[in-house]
Parts: sequence; C-alpha cells; structure tokens
Amino acid sequence: MLADKDRIFTNLYGFQDWGLKAAQARGDWDNTKALLERGPEAIIEEIKASGLRGRGGAGFPTGLKWSFMPKESRDGRPSFLVINADESEPGSCKDREIIRHDPHKLIEGALVAGFAMRARAAYIYIRGEYIREAETLQKAIDEAYAAGLIGKNACKSGYDFDVYMHRGAGAYICGEETAMIESLEGKKGQPRLKPPFPAGAGLYGCPTTVNNVESIAVAPTILRRGAAWFASFGRENNKGTKLFQISGHVEKPCVVEEAMSIPFEELIERHCGGIRGGWDNLLAVIPGGSSVPLVPAEQIRHAPMDFDGLKELGSGLGTAAVIVMDKSTDIVRAISRISYFYKHESCGQCTPCREGTGWMWRMMERLRTGDAAIEEIDMLHEVTKQVEGHTICALGDAAAWPIQGLIRHFRPELERRINEHNAQFQEAAE
Amino acid sequence: MPKVTVDGVEIEVPAGATVLQACELAGKEIPRFCYHERLSIAGNCRMCLVEVKPGPPKPQASCALPATEGQEIRTDSPMVKKAREGVMEFLLINHPLDCPICDQGGECDLQDQAVAYGRGGSRFHENKRAVTEKYMGPLIKTIMTRCIHCTRCVRFSEEIAGVDEIGALYRGEDMQITTYLERAAAHELSANVIDLCPVGALTSRPYAFEARPWELKKTLSIDVSDAVGANITLHSKGREVMRALPRVNDDVNEEWLSDKGRFQVDGLTKRRLDRVWLRREGKLQPAEWNEAFAKIAAALEGDKASIAAVAGDLLDAETMFAAKALVNACGSNLTEARQTGMTYDVSNLAAVNFNSTFAGIETADAILIIGSNVRWEAALLNVRLRKAVKAGAKVFIIGPEWDPTYPATFLGSDLKILNRVPKQLGDVMKSAQRPAVILGAAALAKGALPAALKLVDKFGLVKDGWNGFNVLHISAARMASLMLGFTLPGGMGDIAAASPKVLLSLGADEMDYAPFAKSLKVYIGHHGDRGAHNADIILPGASYAEKDGTYVNTEGRVQFAEKAVFAPGDAREDWTILRALADVLGVTVGFDSFEELQAKMIAAVPALGEEGLADYGPLPKGDSSARFDGAIAGYPIKDFYLTNPIARASAVMQQCSDELLHGADVKEAAE
Repeated sequence: MLADKDRIFTNLYGFQDWGLKAAQARGDWDNTKALLERGPEAIIEEIKASGLRGRGGAGFPTGLKWSFMPKESRDGRPSFLVINADESEPGSCKDREIIRHDPHKLIEGALVAGFAMRARAAYIYIRGEYIREAETLQKAIDEAYAAGLIGKNACKSGYDFDVYMHRGAGAYICGEETAMIESLEGKKGQPRLKPPFPAGAGLYGCPTTVNNVESIAVAPTILRRGAAWFASFGRENNKGTKLFQISGHVEKPCVVEEAMSIPFEELIERHCGGIRGGWDNLLAVIPGGSSVPLVPAEQIRHAPMDFDGLKELGSGLGTAAVIVMDKSTDIVRAISRISYFYKHESCGQCTPCREGTGWMWRMMERLRTGDAAIEEIDMLHEVTKQVEGHTICALGDAAAWPIQGLIRHFRPELERRINEHNAQFQEAAE
Repeated sequence: MPKVTVDGVEIEVPAGATVLQACELAGKEIPRFCYHERLSIAGNCRMCLVEVKPGPPKPQASCALPATEGQEIRTDSPMVKKAREGVMEFLLINHPLDCPICDQGGECDLQDQAVAYGRGGSRFHENKRAVTEKYMGPLIKTIMTRCIHCTRCVRFSEEIAGVDEIGALYRGEDMQITTYLERAAAHELSANVIDLCPVGALTSRPYAFEARPWELKKTLSIDVSDAVGANITLHSKGREVMRALPRVNDDVNEEWLSDKGRFQVDGLTKRRLDRVWLRREGKLQPAEWNEAFAKIAAALEGDKASIAAVAGDLLDAETMFAAKALVNACGSNLTEARQTGMTYDVSNLAAVNFNSTFAGIETADAILIIGSNVRWEAALLNVRLRKAVKAGAKVFIIGPEWDPTYPATFLGSDLKILNRVPKQLGDVMKSAQRPAVILGAAALAKGALPAALKLVDKFGLVKDGWNGFNVLHISAARMASLMLGFTLPGGMGDIAAASPKVLLSLGADEMDYAPFAKSLKVYIGHHGDRGAHNADIILPGASYAEKDGTYVNTEGRVQFAEKAVFAPGDAREDWTILRALADVLGVTVGFDSFEELQAKMIAAVPALGEEGLADYGPLPKGDSSARFDGAIAGYPIKDFYLTNPIARASAVMQQCSDELLHGADVKEAAE
C-alpha cells in the first residue's frame, strides 16, 4: 500500500482548503523558480526518467511527448499546451477531484510543463458539466496570477506564461485531443485527421501538446522528489502512482491514489471494503473506463492494475476508472447502455462510427431481450470489427471494444437469452 | 519525387502527392465520396481505405495520407476489400432504397460504388433513419434522408464560394446538413453543390423529375450569361434543353458554373419568338417572311447604304460576321456591338482584354479592381480572386461597396483618387511581384481606359511572363465583336447620327431605341424582350443553344459551341436570315452555307479559327495626358439573375431574383 508520505495528491478528499495558502502549505509552488531554472531539457529528461505515462488513457510516455515540441520557433509561431480536463469517460472522476481540491497542483504543473515545451500559454479545457470545479479552477488561476506565479515573469523566472480556462459544452468527443483543439478554436468539436499531429500543427495551426490533467498535475512533484522516487512504484514500464477511481458494486466506492501495478484484489480490499457480497459474487470488472473491454471475475482478481497487465487480459488501464459489477448486474444491459453512450457521443464525422454506433446499440438492445438470432452475435462482432480501426479517431474503437469484450466472455449468456426468448414463440409458430 | 509501390508496381509520384493520387497515377481506381480535387481533404467517408506499409496494421484513408518514399500500397488485398465492403454497408444502412424515384439515379456515386465495392445484400434489420428536408432556396432541392454526410457542400460554400451558409447540425447519427436557419443559399454559385453531392440529397429543384440522365443528348456548349465563357454541356431531350452542367476546363471555369448559366435554360422555351411579326397600325401582328423582307427592301429603296446593325450581348461571332458582311455589302459601315453606348478605343485589343487570364490571376499578389462588382459580373472570376487572396494577395476596389467574400479594401467610388495614387495602394502595388489591375464595365463607361493604361508603367503591371492589365467585360459577344471590327469610333452615337433607314437589331435588348424613332427597326432575335417590343419587324432567330457558333471570352479565349436543339417554330439560325435578306436586297455576301460563312470569317480574322487564347500583341503606351475623371455611381448589373433576355424569360431566374434579391416570400410549389 502506498504510504501517506508518498502521496502526490495530499488534498484529494478536500479535507483542507484548496486555496493558494493551503496549497503552499502542502508544498505546491515551493520555489518553482528553481524547478524552471533547471531548463527545459533537464525537466523533460527528468520526466522521461520517471517513466510517467500519459494518464488520459492511451498511456503514451509523457516526457517523450513533450520532447516532440519544437525547441525553437522557426517561423514565429508560438507553442501551446492544452490540458485536457474534459473528463467525460463513464467511470472517470479523478480530474474532478484534482481540480476542485488541489487546483494549484495543476496550475503549477501547467507552468512547469509549458516551460519545458516552450509553450506560450496553457489552455485548460474543462468539461462543461464541471460548473463548481470550473469556478474553483478560475479562482485558483486568479490567485496564481495575483501572486505573480503565472503571467508575466512567472515565479520571477523571467518566463512569461499565461493560463486560460475554457469551458466545454458537454460533448464527450471534445476529450479527443484534436477535437478539443477544434472546439477551442470555436469550431464544431470533430477530430482532425492525423497527420499533421498537434505537435506540428495544433491549436491555431501552432505546435501544441495535449495532456491529461493528472499527467500535468504530477509533474512538479516528480521534479521535486526526483524521477527515481516516482519510478520506485509499479512494475517496469508502468511506473509511478496513479489515481484509481473505483465505482460500482464495492462496499465503499472511492478515488484513491495508489502505486501502479497494485493487484486488483488488494486495491479493492484495502480501499473499497471488498466486493459487495464477497468475491464469489463478483461478475466482471471494466478496469479502465467504459471504453475498454470488460474482464471476467476469475481473470481480474490477481491481475496487476497497470497498462501492460491489463493489456495481457485483453483490456486496458485506460483512465483507471474501475467499474465493478457483481452478479446482480444485467451485464448485457450494462454494455448496451455503454453502446448507447457511444452512439450518443459519436461526432458523426466519419462513416463507420456515425452509422456503426447506432447499429451496434440497436443490436445490443435486441440482444438484451434476446430478440435476435444466434448468428446475429457473430454479425454484431463483425460489425464491431468493421468499425474498429476504420475511423478518424479512437471513439470508434472505444465503441467496439466493450461489445467485443462482452461477446468474448459472455457469449453463453447472450445465447441463453436468445434461446429463452425464441422459445416463447415456438409454440405459436407450430 | 518519392517512389512508392502500388499493388506491386513501382511508380514515382510528385512530391506532396497523397496515397490516393499515387494510386490513381498507377491506374488504380479508389472509391471515394468526400474527397474532391478542388476541396480541402475531409477524410470522413472512409471509402478510400487502402493498406499501406509501413504503417499501423489497419487500413488507412488514402486521401489524407501523404505518399512517402518506399511505401508499399495495396488496393487489392483482402483487408482493403473487407474495409470497403464494411464502409459501404455502413453508408447504405441508413440510406433509403428510393433509387427509382431519385433524380440522382444513373449518375449517383453511391449507386455506382455500391455495385462495384458493396457486399450485395443487407444485414441491417433495424429501422432506417429519416431526416426532414431543409430549405436551401429555389435552386436546390433537398432530400436529406439520402445524405451521407460527406460535407462536400459544406466545404464548397466555405472554401470556394466564400460564404458560410451550409453546415452540419447535431452529432453522431443525428448529424444533419443544413443552411443557416434553413435560409436559402444565396450566392451566385450555390447550385454547384448539386454537382458535388455524390448522392441524391441535393438535387436540382427546377430539373426535379424531368428526365433521366441516359435519355439526354449531351452537347458541348459555351455559357453566354457572362463574358467568362464557362464550358458547359447542354442536356437536351427532344427539342428542349433540360439542363446545363459545367464541363471541366481548368483554364476557364475549373468545374463550376454560375447559377445563371446553369438555370437560365428554362427561359429557352418561354417568351420565344417563333414566327415573323410586323408592326401594322402601331401593333405587332403575325406576318410572313416575304412580307417582312419586302418591307425592309422597300425601306431601303434607292438608298441601300442607309442600313445599320447593332449586335446584342449573346451573339456568336458568325452571326456578327454575317451581319457585318450584309451591311458592308449594302455600302454601309454602321455596325456596333457596344449597345449601351460605350466608346472606348479598340485600336489595340490587348488594351481591352483580360490579359492575366483567369488561371493567371490566381497567382497575382496585388489586385486593384476599378469599377467592377466581380461577383455579379463574373462570378467564376471571383472564385479565382478568392484563391489569390487565400494565397496572400491584397485586393483594393474602387467603386460602391459589395461583398467580395474575401478581405478587400474599398477606396471609395471616386476615380480621381487614382490620379494621385494613395500610399497604401501604391506601396502594395509597386512592391508586388505580380500586380494586376482589373478594369470593369462601369469604369469603361466612365472613359477610364486611357488613364488606366498609364497604371501599366506606374505599377509595373507587365513583367517577364506576366501581364497584369485586365479589362473585364460582361457581355459574351464582346471580344468577338471587337475582333471582327463590329464597332464605330463614336459607338452608338455614330449610328444615331447617321439616322439609318433600317436598323438591324441582332438581339440587342439593352440599347436605347429612342434615337431611332424614324428608322425601320428590324429585330432578329429569339426572345420577346425589349428589342422586340421596340421593333417594327421581328424575324425569329436562334438562341445560343440552337446554333453552332464561335465565342470569345473576356480573356480573348476562342471557344466553339455546338447546336443542341432546333429553334422553335419558324425561327431560323440568324445567319440564314441575314443571307436571305442579302438576296432580297440584291447584294452578295459571299457565303451560302455555314461552313462557307465560317471559312470566310476565319479568312478575315484568322484568330477566330483557332480555339484557345488569341494573341493581341503588346499593350499600347498609355497616353500621358489622360486623367481619371468622375465617380462610379453604380455597376451596370442591377439584378444578377436578370441580365439577358433568356434569363429574364426564365421562371427560375425570376424566382431567384424575387426571393434571393428582393426578399419576396418563399413560393411553395403546392400553393
């Protein structure tokens, strides 16, 4: 179990004040100037050495991402940092806790990361539904400006850096990095084609890096305590601490910071008071937010909760939004509801996702009641394969994977429903 | 020049090409819906998926992927076939099966590609989506259930036309393409989205349910609604022209056509002059050809040379040549084509030509427009100017304000400002690599041509490989008439002063007939418009769709149009009427067939015999004493949709004028 002294987010539960004074008492903004004086290269090297992988779901090495940004502007274009606070993945609620209880960690991280990638400004794109959180964040930004921590000559380092907060309007797709950039520019939130990648031409055509809130917020602490400290947690290639968000059928759902690679069973037992009704009552777990395939009980119990461990199980860590489902769950209905979510949130730009998500959801609804034929299970699987990998952004994949996971692990349940449903009508037909 | 391998064949592709272009170069057909050569890349239909190594192990959208050295592209692998089938299936699940009642049937990309790349059967057992229709004006009919969301129409209005009128609402499968607040798309190129739409979502409203593409005879023609000379195809069924579609010609119209050129064709069947009329006791009454000819001969009795001819705006070169031959044979030289009374000097045609060419003006980096509302006078030229501005050109305009769709600086209406060039204009023009001046009809009417020629030296408009001096005409017949010498130094004034006994009006509907009260006015034309109202004798002629003919656009580009249909009733091709008149008057014009006429014309003006840009030689030296004078009070075109007799007869153009320009209530067909 992660010791209290090793926690990065020391006010995760809001037991203390979120304001600047309290944050400084917790160690934020402590001689940030010294961090910046190390220079951009050293900061990026430190982050690379820490093994931090992006906390937004894809798990791309953060330091490497920062290093893609141009070292100097050849044509006068500024660089930008965009911070993705459009946390809309069903099950995810970590960024919200950071923003409302520890916003200065994020703002300081924005300065440090922005400085490292030579960005002119950071845009924090916050989910529209996070109204109070946005208020808190804006106040925190104002506090930081007033204290001279950001803005002109930020932290007296001689570096000018602005932080802007931008509120989304409630579209899940705006959490996709290029759709977020479009939305920031005032356009319809639709993902862009890649290439060009944002590091080459992003916000307003300028080099841009989009990072998750958590990735940014942990950066100052990593720099203060050293890459080696951060890398001492978790397995190789899955280093550091992570905010896990456990919801569903556990005794005490919670958001908790833990070391990476903690076994699932330990995570649940230590922090969530165990599975409702005991471990025998566990049906399945969606370990990384709604877009990753579910993992059945027997496989997840001893699995390490990290990127590679869950990938081996055919799922993924995603945002570490652990959705636990016990045997009272109508698993088909649960996945069907997720399908509805993706149908609702598809931007409609490219064909497979626009048409496929609706088709998949409608078929899931029929499978829920069993009003289908056995062959249609295979057909549905084929449809998910037709969507997966054929779209502009990853929403198509995210819509396909939960269904693929369901069919992989719960095919007998689907067939049982179909057989039961069709049996009702057998007599009438005879 | 990267080398790539397409299906095992190695080819070299131009730098910057996409994988799709590479496949096309290799002769492989790549199905696509959203991709269009002249629009930005959207990459949203996902139909053009191919397999590319090196790359992720999934199919890639070839339209958006740059071709790079050493790529191995496969367009025939099982993965590609499966991907295409999958995307096609998705496109079809919510597309209605209403091909039998769809106007796009037979020329539908979706239909064709479904046959070529689709699966053959449907596995979709849910309900299909239905979308309400969106009002897009009198020209575009929408059946939005058929839309496949390729966004070509959105990109066209935004990028080419420059008006943000069409966009997408909502998201996911609820996404809908619509105009802003469902208002009519009101610009001069709106109907091009009909051609762009790969399915039957946007179709032509006037042409709705009129014909099937395979029933139509296609004739290559030239648009006469302005002086651009857009290349068109006339689609006719029986004796009627059903529609006009643009032809691809990168030098002239790319593949666009103005709404007027496209939709005025319904005017070809309305208000037609299809028999001879004679004015008796102040009233026009039906008559026979012989009566009319006899009356003309009687009027010229004893003074054959008292004959004059005025050419209208829609005429072909052959008709004008025949008229000139007749007038000259009678011993007169009174021919004029500038019917509104302009008298600019035509001794050097380079000085009244659009020398930069349309394709060339795209590369200009500083443009001064003097007295032209380009959007209305040459909508397709405005597209080019917009491209130039996108590439960084600065535009200045002298004249009353209009919306150019690109950033431009209006310098007021006073021409005198150019006698002492303002600094902001001078600095830009003089530092430009390829500066251009466009002189419009309104400026010509103010006599600004000699003074404008002085700008050639002042701004350095002529450089190596670049001629930036341009005159933009608005009449399709203008350049041909100038080449034929169908002009007088004093213009219409000279004819009025001669007070001819017989005035031949060849479709001249914009001229002032008041000075010719004593003349016998013979109108040879096709529509019952102003010329016919003023005429004493009406001889029914043929419109541009009903005769072969040569046209020269404002660039001096000689183009040939073919006859699509026969003229209605008693109407004859104009040259035959003039030839018959020569017999009646007892003079010889020297041709008995169209071929002979054409040969004679080419012998007289060889440039008219060669399709392409005519060579007018170098620009004349500007007259140093010439001054700009006066102010441009307005532009010659007051109503874009009603500039010529065909358009004025067209119900569609009338409706456009009412609804789009004069804000009349929307007329529904059912009412």
